[in-house]
Amino acid sequence: MTTYIIRRLILAAIVLFLVSVFVFLAMRLLPGDPVLMYMSASSVQEITEEQLNLVRHQFGLDKTLPMQYLDWITGVLRGDLGTSILNRSPVLQEILRRLPITFHLGILAFIVATIIGIPAGVLCAVRRGGWLDNLVTTLANIGITVPVFWLGIILIYVFALYFRWLPVMGYTSPFENFWLSTKQLIMPVFCLAVGPIAGNARQARSSMLEVIRKDYIRTAWSKGLRERAIIMKHALKNGLMPVVTLSGMGVGTILGGAVLIEQVFNIPGIGRLTVTSVMNQDYPYVQAIALIMAISIVFSNLLVDISYGWLDPRVHYD
Amino acid sequence: MSGEATLRPDIIENTPRVSEFRRFFRVFFNRGVVVFGMFIILLFVIAAVFAPWLAPYNPDKIDMNNALLQPGNAHWLGTDSLGRDTLSRTIYGTRVSLIIGLVVVVLGSIVGMALGLVAGYFGHWTHAIIMRVVDALMAFPMLILALLIVSFLGGGVNNVIMALAFAMVPAYARLMCGQVMTVKENDYILAGRSMGANHMRIMLRHLAPNCFPPLIVMMTMMLGTTILAEAGLSFLGIGVQPPIATWGNMVNDGRQYLLSNPILSFAPGLAIMLVVYAFNMVGDGLRDALDPQLRGVI
Repeated sequence: MTTYIIRRLILAAIVLFLVSVFVFLAMRLLPGDPVLMYMSASSVQEITEEQLNLVRHQFGLDKTLPMQYLDWITGVLRGDLGTSILNRSPVLQEILRRLPITFHLGILAFIVATIIGIPAGVLCAVRRGGWLDNLVTTLANIGITVPVFWLGIILIYVFALYFRWLPVMGYTSPFENFWLSTKQLIMPVFCLAVGPIAGNARQARSSMLEVIRKDYIRTAWSKGLRERAIIMKHALKNGLMPVVTLSGMGVGTILGGAVLIEQVFNIPGIGRLTVTSVMNQDYPYVQAIALIMAISIVFSNLLVDISYGWLDPRVHYD
Repeated sequence: MSGEATLRPDIIENTPRVSEFRRFFRVFFNRGVVVFGMFIILLFVIAAVFAPWLAPYNPDKIDMNNALLQPGNAHWLGTDSLGRDTLSRTIYGTRVSLIIGLVVVVLGSIVGMALGLVAGYFGHWTHAIIMRVVDALMAFPMLILALLIVSFLGGGVNNVIMALAFAMVPAYARLMCGQVMTVKENDYILAGRSMGANHMRIMLRHLAPNCFPPLIVMMTMMLGTTILAEAGLSFLGIGVQPPIATWGNMVNDGRQYLLSNPILSFAPGLAIMLVVYAFNMVGDGLRDALDPQLRGVI
């Protein structure tokens, strides 16, 4: 087990290193000279070659590419993610301010997706072919195809504009006004969770169906166990293994979806920051966000891998 | 609409010695949703190809006297804030979505499959290097990766195609690599090699064709995914730029008039959903017909 975890950690470290190289290179391969970009953003009237060289030296851009990478990554590890081109404020500060909002949204969506999606799929498998199975399967197929931004707009129309049950958009910290915060979050969390709910339900259904056909389940039936015991004790643990993997991938879906959903519901999280910085071509932000998103996904995959080894002792750690 | 594998035993037993081809069609068209999906796709393809004849108005013609009309006889789906006909714009939007989807899938799959083929065939260091790069790219959510690339390249149809194709490459490479590693253990590959076939010949003539079935399924489903991602980018105003009508930017434009003219956002969004649903269902059907064992893998 320990070797398995160590191997996974090494693999994750390699992937993280490559991710950081990509993010770094993406910035360096940008069309246009970063120094010129910086200078034109600052209100310097005339730019002489000397000044350019000075700034170049100041930012270490006259060093070789690997040295530049080294400079950059040591800065990142110390928490220096650069400063915004647009307003010169430290990138880290703004990101730390917005991260909890997206995290709040995402963790709720993840919980909703797990507690609705998985039981729905298991229920379908147990009552296969029944009306509930047909209904859930149809809904799940629609759920993985619906454009989340459009779903959000429809929800706004129905629940906020037409019935006026929920606030149209916005975000309030739950520590400030818990009731308002919850009401504001219902629609965005549901939108973010729809894809993962459908994915979990489909995966749980198909892997449970596979497990239910296994010999040891027949044995359990033949020794007279009740259905509840068979499903809960014998089938579930094996049937849900693939669902764990999928849940890990759901983190990516939720982060990607947050970009769209925060735009629809006017939520000031990382997702909206992504869109505004892409539009303003504020690359230090873009770079930092890409890095943070990739890191969270690598870590959630690592967590899935490790929990896999823990859930299923047969996983051979080679 | 059971999602169960459709190889019902009675069908197989009662149809002795049907050709592979006939069996494929039998299983493929056995499910209602698959037929429905094919029908929807056909409908949208017709709309895209014959858009100039089907659309009642010029999709870009501005007519301020008839702005924000409700659906009626003259304009079945009403008009937007510039008086442009919603139905015509939705029909023309089909072109953008389908063309981008198709080109992205072709480009992305060719590059991805080539990488996966090389990685899987040569193994060792080649495999390690290519697949670690693929792993690293997979660490970015697809929409984010596409968004980053578009932010560097700028909007416009060509850049959106490049960005989405690039974002898809890792998924194809990973699936192809897995396929190649299984298929290359077959004796006929060994036989080919012992008869002196070179690497190129073995990869292209013997390996690739036998790896295709799951990739065809993936390409079909990716068509839907791509269309969804493209719509997302245009919705954010980062993809294909106005005045070109795309479903994504139509949904976004309609938001401002949600209370008075909800149809402006509803219609194009419904089109996105229908076409993505159709490609997914057809992908499901293809998977069951080509190789039911793939269920759960893709």
